[in-house]
Amino acid sequence: MAHDVQNYNLDQKFEFTPALKKPIMTVLVIGAVLLGIGIVMAMMGGGHEEAAGEAGGHAFHWYERVYANLWINNVYFVGIAIIGVFFFAIQYAAQAGWSAPIVRVMLSLGHWLPYGAVLMLVTFFVANHDLFHWTHSYLFDKSSPEYDSIIDGKGAFFYWPMEKGTFPVFYIARMVIFFGFWVFFFNKLKSMTYAEDGITDNSQWFKIRSWSAFFIIFFAVSSSIAAWDWVMSIDTHWFSTLFGWYVFSSWFVAGLSAITLITIFLKGLGYLEMVNENHVHDLGKFVFGFTIFWTYLWFSQFLLIYYANIPEESVYFLERLSSDVYGPFIFVNILVNFVLPFLVLMTRDSKRHGVFLKLVCSLIIAGHWVDFFLMVQPGTLGHNGGVGLIEVGMFLLYGSVVTLVVLSGLSKGNLIPKNHPMLEESYHHHI
Amino acid sequence: MERDKHFILGVFDDEDVLLHAVKDVRSSGVKIHEVYSPYPVHGLDEELGYRRSRLPIAAFLFGLLGTSLALTMQFYMMKFDWPMIIGGKDYAAFPDFIPVTFEMTVLLASFGMVGVFMVSSNLKPWAQPRIFDLRSTDDKHIMAIDIANNSSMEQDKIREVLKSSGATEVNDKSFDE
Repeated sequence: MAHDVQNYNLDQKFEFTPALKKPIMTVLVIGAVLLGIGIVMAMMGGGHEEAAGEAGGHAFHWYERVYANLWINNVYFVGIAIIGVFFFAIQYAAQAGWSAPIVRVMLSLGHWLPYGAVLMLVTFFVANHDLFHWTHSYLFDKSSPEYDSIIDGKGAFFYWPMEKGTFPVFYIARMVIFFGFWVFFFNKLKSMTYAEDGITDNSQWFKIRSWSAFFIIFFAVSSSIAAWDWVMSIDTHWFSTLFGWYVFSSWFVAGLSAITLITIFLKGLGYLEMVNENHVHDLGKFVFGFTIFWTYLWFSQFLLIYYANIPEESVYFLERLSSDVYGPFIFVNILVNFVLPFLVLMTRDSKRHGVFLKLVCSLIIAGHWVDFFLMVQPGTLGHNGGVGLIEVGMFLLYGSVVTLVVLSGLSKGNLIPKNHPMLEESYHHHI
Repeated sequence: MERDKHFILGVFDDEDVLLHAVKDVRSSGVKIHEVYSPYPVHGLDEELGYRRSRLPIAAFLFGLLGTSLALTMQFYMMKFDWPMIIGGKDYAAFPDFIPVTFEMTVLLASFGMVGVFMVSSNLKPWAQPRIFDLRSTDDKHIMAIDIANNSSMEQDKIREVLKSSGATEVNDKSFDE
């Protein structure tokens, strides 16, 4: 064992050069152009003719589709960002040694959180009636013909302590508290891990471990409630008891794929020399394993509802499966997010070589966007939704902006936690 | 099958010495029959030049067999042999079949893997394993070298290679059958 970790440049910083920014900016521009064309086309079309002629229903406006897309991408990319912080915390709470050189790659995803928080709040205030059925005050008015006793029964969850149908204090408070704590924990963990570079004993590692444990406890509760608030409340009548876990698993797979992609990308540029195929193999195993975990939750939710066939539950899948717009995407969802990663990442070699992981992780990131698309659009847009230029453009735009924010955040400090007590162990990691 | 009878055994105290010894012994041209150790030694497989196990392939194929058997069985029973309406679904209701299919896949993959492992490692219940040195179940690593397999080398030369590469003892072991 002649080599040890000190042979490597541990002070290296990721340089986010203009040459690297260029392809991301190109994607950003393509996304913006597609989005612009999509919006113009939707405005010219003036919505669907059927929608306008729908008796009793309100006319469909093009901007509702933009709002729905904003919401999909907000929820999705905020999820990926917080998963980065969560996976970082997991490494410390579990006292993991293998991941020591890439913990900062995980944490860097969290740089998106403050931006995501602002976008989320703004989108909610701009689009609330168009996205969330429960924001209509007539639902809670007993004298109104549209009074809805079920939503009235759930109203306190959104409006407490105010009167139902006024201002959703409890809902907004939860959103602010979750984002506040997430951003706080992210900043705390980030400053602690960078402070570790200046000291030589293990004290900082123990501090990070304690803070990580607190964050995991907070995240366990907040991730579930965030999923009910931000996604499940769109279909206000309907509920599923494992929805929080289902959304978490979707975030987790996408976040793990993002971490794997950034790690392989940095290695390709010549950074992280001490990360070898053994570390990549472990990341690949995480992606593979949690792909199956997501499938398990997706199918558990589906099978029970399908089998029991209780109308108030099965309406959720009826809306999606029997729709021309969303039906095919259910199968795209299963194929891209389960069948493909399951078959491709099954062998040892495919998890150890960047080519397969790059392909599968990119597809998973697109695939789980489809998962969120299927959660949000049927309840907000109904048959006026679908995957068109607005969807593709908005996804590319968000994806490239998030990438820019994350990578420039990553370039601010040292890439490798050089005083991490388990760096040497990670260097000898071999599976 | 005729079994080899005469072996030279190198006894090693330390796994690190053993790993280097395996490299030295192999590079000096001696073919190693097998190394017995009380616990898994990390990296020993690579030093001995073993190929990767093909057990995962067997597991995959048995899993595939389980999937197809389970699906065939359920479709045959529910669609053709004794059609039944359960919960208002079609006779051949694919989602209903998934839990059984999953269980059958796991069952056949694991049973198949254990079976293939036992066959390929010659672990039949009536097998009489050769015990080279009982201490390999306690605290010593035993490197066995088959004399018939190294007929081109002097036996004393083999002993010398073992000694010089760090073996604490070099013993002979013969089997009757």
